[in-house]
Amino acid sequence: MFLVKYIKEVFGAIKSLLVGMRRTLYYFTHHKEIITQQYPDNRETLKLPDRFKGEVVMPHDANNEHRCTGCTACELACPNGTIKVVTKFDITPEGKKKKAIDKLVYHLELCTMCNLCVIACPSDAIVMDQTFEHSVFNRAELTKVLNKPGSKIMDGVE
Amino acid sequence: MVEELGTTTEGDLIINVGPQHPATHGVLHLVITLNGETIKKVEPHLGYIHRSIEKMCESLTYRQFIYVTSRMDYLSAHINNHACALCVEKGMQIEVPERAQVIRVLMDELTRIASHELWWGAMAMDLGAFTPFFHAFRERETINDIMEETCGARLTMNYMVPGGVMADLHPDFQKRVKAFISLYRSKIKEYDEMLTGNIIFQNRMKGVGYLSPEDAISYGCSGPAARGSGVSCDIRKLYPYEVYNKVQFEEVLETAGDSFARYMVRIREMNQSVSIIEQLIDNIPEGDYQAKTKAVLKLPKGEFYTRVETARGELGVYIVSEGATTPYRIKFRSPGFSNLSALDHMARGSKLGDLVAMMGTLDLVIPDIDR
Repeated sequence: MFLVKYIKEVFGAIKSLLVGMRRTLYYFTHHKEIITQQYPDNRETLKLPDRFKGEVVMPHDANNEHRCTGCTACELACPNGTIKVVTKFDITPEGKKKKAIDKLVYHLELCTMCNLCVIACPSDAIVMDQTFEHSVFNRAELTKVLNKPGSKIMDGVE
Repeated sequence: MVEELGTTTEGDLIINVGPQHPATHGVLHLVITLNGETIKKVEPHLGYIHRSIEKMCESLTYRQFIYVTSRMDYLSAHINNHACALCVEKGMQIEVPERAQVIRVLMDELTRIASHELWWGAMAMDLGAFTPFFHAFRERETINDIMEETCGARLTMNYMVPGGVMADLHPDFQKRVKAFISLYRSKIKEYDEMLTGNIIFQNRMKGVGYLSPEDAISYGCSGPAARGSGVSCDIRKLYPYEVYNKVQFEEVLETAGDSFARYMVRIREMNQSVSIIEQLIDNIPEGDYQAKTKAVLKLPKGEFYTRVETARGELGVYIVSEGATTPYRIKFRSPGFSNLSALDHMARGSKLGDLVAMMGTLDLVIPDIDR
């Protein structure tokens, strides 16, 4: 009785190994089902999902105008102090003082891509970009000024 | 003061496993006292990845602190965020729209499958089987792509906000999840063929790391680690949150209490998660994905506690509020910490080579233990 059980166990073990090997052989002969993903070197044709959170950018239109009013809602929403809004006072044609952004400083090295600043922005001035390669040679390059030089606020954005 | 290396006065050998060891999956440091090859004591040393998340949360507002919890148990980041969002909603008495509830449960279950996939591959790799790792990551990649499309990130999504979810589902979400489920049903049979039925694997798992139901309860184990011993502790079933009381699923229980039982709990749990997704994916109600909340959230003075079932067990979030915009104190009851405490009891008397099988089936995520 012991011998029968022993032989059964041995054959059961061999069968279990063969079942596993069958799966291996299946993938050995079916090359099309093997999935190997290469690093995305095709930068021009690569399409990442629209919602992919790469880094915060400020879109500018053709006249070098942005939508940022300098309300610091993004700065308050950020959990890490990634965004610093530096404001100045512009003189409008009527001679009144008007608050505007001087610089919107963005520290990419502190950013965790949590998207809270983008949903906090009341005028949709900042969006998430789909870039994914952020490595630089110098740490100072990670501190960015999002508004372009000489840019001003779009008409009609309050 | 623990002797870190060498021999004790009784002549037992003390060795260190970790903090940089391929089998500990992170910076877990185990000081093991050995008599020959038999384990006499396992002493986990923690603190290598302590980031004081609980203290950090005290200086963040109720909208901001949710993202930090993704960094605790990064494999079930959605479920961690879910627990925090639930706790804030409980304090603020926010009614979450039904659409948001269904989206949350769908995301939770997808995360659970992804987490179990990674556990399955990594545990098999610990035991010396290299192929399952790639098979598991192939399916996990599909889930990550679905997450990337809807939430914008693959691992630390930060998709839950108090009152709902951050954005509506991507238009392709239902189509892609259905494609994933049909693919997954065929692939899970491959898992059984490759690993579960394998005689070498079974001999290494069966009877190893026995944990009795009484010990599982007294050590505070939860999740698959306790359900492998036959302790019913599924929060989704016992204290249903969101729409878990409207879906049909069974609480997976195994009674053997060894490593193989804990393994089977997770494999069967993946099937249950798929069936939950199948029930919900065609029945996502229309409506808002986010409740209207105040711009500044202020929890009333008091104490709030919620718990959810993560892929590893019971996660509790305890908030003490003084009525300000930031919490006065936050405590996370993480499943990994309690499960790790049972390792010493399990491992005593067994061989050093079996320790890897025990650690593998506990599914330890070290940032969750240390926080």
